[in-house]
Amino acid sequence: MAAKNSESAYGWVAIVFHWLMAPVVIGLFALGWWMRQLSYYDPWYRQGPEIHKAIGILLLIALLVRLAWKFLNVSPAAVPGTPRWQTVAARFAHGGIYLLLLAIMTSGYLISTADGRAISVFDLFSVPATLQGLPNQEDIAGEIHEILAWTLMGLVALHALAAMKHHFIDRDATLLRMLGKPGNPDGSRDSKHQPTENLSTSK
Amino acid sequence: MKKLAIFLFASLLGATAQAAEYVIDTEGAHAFIQFRIKHLGYSWLYGRFDDFNGTFQYDESKPEASSINVNIDVNSLDSNHAERDKHLRGEDFLFVEKYPTATFKSTSYKPLGNGKGKLTGDLTLRGVTKPITIDVSHVGGGKDPWGGYRQGFTGSTEFKLKDFGIDYDLGPASQSVEMILDVEGIRK
Repeated sequence: MAAKNSESAYGWVAIVFHWLMAPVVIGLFALGWWMRQLSYYDPWYRQGPEIHKAIGILLLIALLVRLAWKFLNVSPAAVPGTPRWQTVAARFAHGGIYLLLLAIMTSGYLISTADGRAISVFDLFSVPATLQGLPNQEDIAGEIHEILAWTLMGLVALHALAAMKHHFIDRDATLLRMLGKPGNPDGSRDSKHQPTENLSTSK
Repeated sequence: MKKLAIFLFASLLGATAQAAEYVIDTEGAHAFIQFRIKHLGYSWLYGRFDDFNGTFQYDESKPEASSINVNIDVNSLDSNHAERDKHLRGEDFLFVEKYPTATFKSTSYKPLGNGKGKLTGDLTLRGVTKPITIDVSHVGGGKDPWGGYRQGFTGSTEFKLKDFGIDYDLGPASQSVEMILDVEGIRK
């Protein structure tokens, strides 16, 4: 498989970025939601946020590399036969996910660095504070962080549902493309992925 | 006319016999509202409220007539750690979104001599109003170098977090918080 994308297929770099970051994004959301409910004496009370912040920084670095890669590459066109409104909606959803990720990580950074403290990434390196000391910075950034995180999860759910629709209802190659199987030029899947009989005729 | 003059003179006398009103010098930040609470029972953690205002009445010859009113912007809490401040402002602790202001209104002052006394009043914090007693000590007072007249006091009190609706478990050694209050007032 090629590293770079083509007009009709994702290269392995884009595919690895997608499947490495997807579980991390969802995992960070779950960790963030869970860690806020821990009691003061819970062993995870300090560790939870430490891990959340460190992985958040690593995810931000990965996102910036991914976006750079994306802009240096062609983006595969939608599978042939996709209605125009779906292509446009998908473009907005993808852009929205990237923007939300950037905004969520920026706001998270602004919570933890509001008093000038740096964020330590597993004691490997630390990210210093830059914008700090705004009035109630940690509260405002925290509010934004939470609202945008829930918004992102809504968009992620929509994204996953759309992929499922392409796979199980439209039965096209959209989801398989992100798994490294480009499908046929007409947007249909490779023969081995074709259903043995059509649903409408089997009824 | 003569009667009026006597009346005016008498009312002037009456006014000076009353306790003078002082404005707490938050402008020059010669007043501090600080708290401290034990961390795990191993050390003291300090924080303060930066925005507040208030006035007090004080007459050295009639200290029992002293009184004070203070309004605190709870949002201005600072414990030198943004993540902790965020938690303390949240619903687990001060819930500032719902209860942005804390107030203290004194109801009585009992002088104990030597500039010391017990100040009783109603503290409203997190929507709960309860009487508390502050141990007060007069630090000093007199003319300042810029034409004003000042009086200063220090005081402390202690109350249980639970009494004001805060039941987040910080451990058995951290059930109560101490308040350390310092005010300097400028006579109006």
